[in-house]
Amino acid sequence: MIMLDKAFAGGRRYWGWIIFLLLLLAAGGTCYLKQLRYGLGITGLSRDVSWGLYIAQFTFFVGVAASAVMVVLPYYLHNVRQFGRITILGELLAVASVVMCMLFIFVDMGQPARVLNVILHPTPSSLMFWDMVSLSGYLLLNAVIATVMLNAEYKGTPAPAWIKPVIYLSIPWAVSIHTVTAFLYNGLPGRHLWFTAILAPRFLASAFASGPSLLILLCLLLRKLTSFDAGHEAIRRLGVIVSYAMTVNVFFLLLELFTALYSHVPEHAEPFAYLFFGLQGNHGLVPFMWLSIVLAVAALVLLLVPALRQNESVLALASIFVFVSLWLEKGLGLIVAGFVPSPLHTVPFYRPTAPEWAIVCGVWAIGALLLTVFYKVTVSIREET
Amino acid sequence: MRDRLLIYTGLLLFVALVTFPLWQGLAARGSTKGPELKLPAGRKNCVAPIPYMREAHMDLLMKWRDAKVRGQMRRFTANDGTTYNVSLTGTCLTQCHGSREQFCDRCHAFAGVPTPTCWGCHTSPPVVADAGGTS
Amino acid sequence: MKLTRKDFLRILTGTAVAAGAGTLVHAVGSDGTETSNRTATGKQRWAMVIDLQKCRRETGCTKCSAACHRAHNVPQMPDTAREVKWIWNERREHVFPYQESKYTRQTLPETLPILCNHCADPACVRVCPTKATWKREDGVVMMDYHRCIGCRYCMAACPYGSRSFNYLDPRPYVGTVNPDFPTRTAGVVEKCNFCEELLAQGRLPACVEACPQKAMLFGDLNDENSSVRLILGARFAVQRKPELGCGPSIFYLV
Repeated sequence: MIMLDKAFAGGRRYWGWIIFLLLLLAAGGTCYLKQLRYGLGITGLSRDVSWGLYIAQFTFFVGVAASAVMVVLPYYLHNVRQFGRITILGELLAVASVVMCMLFIFVDMGQPARVLNVILHPTPSSLMFWDMVSLSGYLLLNAVIATVMLNAEYKGTPAPAWIKPVIYLSIPWAVSIHTVTAFLYNGLPGRHLWFTAILAPRFLASAFASGPSLLILLCLLLRKLTSFDAGHEAIRRLGVIVSYAMTVNVFFLLLELFTALYSHVPEHAEPFAYLFFGLQGNHGLVPFMWLSIVLAVAALVLLLVPALRQNESVLALASIFVFVSLWLEKGLGLIVAGFVPSPLHTVPFYRPTAPEWAIVCGVWAIGALLLTVFYKVTVSIREET
Repeated sequence: MRDRLLIYTGLLLFVALVTFPLWQGLAARGSTKGPELKLPAGRKNCVAPIPYMREAHMDLLMKWRDAKVRGQMRRFTANDGTTYNVSLTGTCLTQCHGSREQFCDRCHAFAGVPTPTCWGCHTSPPVVADAGGTS
Repeated sequence: MKLTRKDFLRILTGTAVAAGAGTLVHAVGSDGTETSNRTATGKQRWAMVIDLQKCRRETGCTKCSAACHRAHNVPQMPDTAREVKWIWNERREHVFPYQESKYTRQTLPETLPILCNHCADPACVRVCPTKATWKREDGVVMMDYHRCIGCRYCMAACPYGSRSFNYLDPRPYVGTVNPDFPTRTAGVVEKCNFCEELLAQGRLPACVEACPQKAMLFGDLNDENSSVRLILGARFAVQRKPELGCGPSIFYLV
C-alpha cells in the first residue's frame, strides 16, 4: 500500500538532489548532537530573546501546512474540477510541512527527552497542549487522506466512501492549526507586537498566500522535470487565490501599522520601529523587513494586473516574491520582534549562529526529502494509470 | 553448492559475532557477585525494607521527589517509626550512604544501568575515606 | 403543541453545547490550578513589600541578590545575554517605564531590586504545557525542574522578565556550591521560589534576611495583622504593570 518502492527508481538528477538533501541533513544532525551535548547555548538565543529562528520557522511552516485547505475546499465543497489533479499535492505538502513544524519545536526544546510530559500531564489551559493536539491530528488526517487517495488511484478504484467526511474534517482543522498557533502568541499579556486580535487573521492570510504560491512553484517544477502537468487552469486559479490572500495580508499589515503608529502608544509602536528602523543601534532586521515590503509590493503589482498574472512565467516570479516576502515577515521578523523591546524595556540583540542555521537547514532538508519522495511516488502512480 | 564454503564461513562468522558477549564475558573472568557495599555505621534500619529498596529504590525516590516538590511532603515516616527528611543529598547520601561514587555508582556501573539524570542537579557530598561503602 | 423529537434533540444539543462551551472556555482560560488565590479564605498569601526609601540608603548594595544566589546555587554566567538571575537590581526606567519625567525622577532610587512577582493570576502558569510551573495554595509560584521540558513558553508569557533559561550547564559557573540546595541543569527554566524551603522551616526568605537596611518585609497578605498588611494600609505602594491583570505580590513603597 505504501508504494515507496517508486521513490527508488530515479535518474542521476533525482539521486543527486536526494544526496544533497542527505548531506544537509547530516550537517544539521551533527550540529543538533552538539546542541544536545552543550545546550541551546550554541544558538544565538538569550535571556531576553528566548524564541528565535526555530520557533519562527515553525510558525511559518504551520501556515504552509494549513494552506492545503486552499485546494481541498474548492475541489470538495465547490466542485472546482481543475483542482482534481493537485489536491493530492496540497495534502502531501501539508504532511511534509507539519513534520517540519514538529521537528522545529523538537529541536527548540531544552529537555527534548521529556517532551512526552505534554501528553502525560495534559494542561488544557496551555495553548501549547492544543497546538500538539491540532498538529498531530492534522498530520494524521492528511497522511490518511493522501495514502487512501493515492492507493485508490493506483488500484484504479474509486476512493472509499468513508474518506469523504475525513476530508471535510481536514478543512476546518486546517484553519484551526494556524489559529491555535496564533493563539500561542496573542494571548500573552506582555508581548505587545503579538497582543492583537488580528494576529490569527494575519496568520491565515499569509498562510493562504505563501502555501499556494509554493504549490504553484512546485507544480511548475513538476511540469518541467516530469510528465506531471497540473494544467493551466489549476495554476491560474491558484494564482487568483494567492492574489487575494496576499492583498488581504498586506492590508492587515497596514492595519497593524496604523494602530501602532497613529495611537502613539510606545509599547505598540516600538516593535515596528525596531523592525523597520532599528532601535538603539540594533538594526539587524531592518534590511530584511524592507526587502519583504519591496517584494510584497512587487508581487502585488504582478498579481493584480491580470495581463501580468496570466503569464505563467510572471506568475512564477510573483510566487517567488510572495513566498520570500512572507518568509522574511514571519520566519525572520515576527517572532524575534515580539521580544524586542524586552519586558524590561531594553533592546536585546539576536543573531542566529551557524549551528542554528545548520539545524534549520537540516529540518528543511527533511521536509524537502519527504516532499520529494511523496511527489515521486505520486508522479509515478499518475504515469502508470 | 559451490557456495557451500562461503555460506558456512558466513554462518560461522555470524554465530561468533552474535555470541560475542558470552565468550568475552567468560574470558574476562567476571563475577556475577555484585560489589560489596558497606552499610552506614550506626543505622539499624533502612527507610524501607532492604529487599524493597534493592528492587524499587527508584520508585521510592520518584515518589519522594513528586511528594516533596509538588506535595510539600518534607518528612517521611518509615515503617519502624523513624522520620526522615525527604532529601536525596541531605538524607540518602549525607546521613546514610556517603556519596554517589561510594554507593549509587558502584552498583549502577556493575549492572550497566545508567545512573539516572539526578546528578545533573543534585549534588553529592565529597567522598570520605571510610564512610559509606568502600570494599 | 406536541414537542417533536426534532425539537427535543435540538434543545438537548443546544444546552449540551452551551454547557460544554462554558466548561471548555473555563478550562482553557483558567490558570490550570485547582485553587485561585484571589478568593482564598483561611489560606496564606505570601507577599513582599520593598521599602525603596530604605533601599536607596545604600547605593550599589547587592546583598539581597548575593544571598539568594548563594543560597540557591544560581550560576554567574560569563555572557550577560545568558545570565541567570533570581533577584537583582534593575534600573528604575526599566522597572517603572514611562513613570519618569524631569519632575519625578528623584523619587525612585536609580536601581531597585526586582524578582519574580509570584502573581495571583500568573500568565506563566497558564501557558506551561506540563504544569512544571504552578501556583501553590499559599501563593508561591513553584518550579518543578524535573518536569520542565525547556520550551520557554513561560518566559514568553511573563510580562516582567523574571525568568531565566539555562542555555548551558550552570555547574561550572556556580561559585561555592551550597550542599543544602540542588543546582539546575542545562535546558530548564528557573526563577525565584520565594525561598519556599526556608518558609517551610518558618524562616524568612534569604533576601529579606540579608538586607542591611531591613527594607524588605515579607508576610501573609491574608493576615490582617501581618507586617505587610499593616504597612500597605499605611503607605502608598506601587506594583509593576498592574494593568496587565497578573496581580503581582511584590509591592514597592515609594
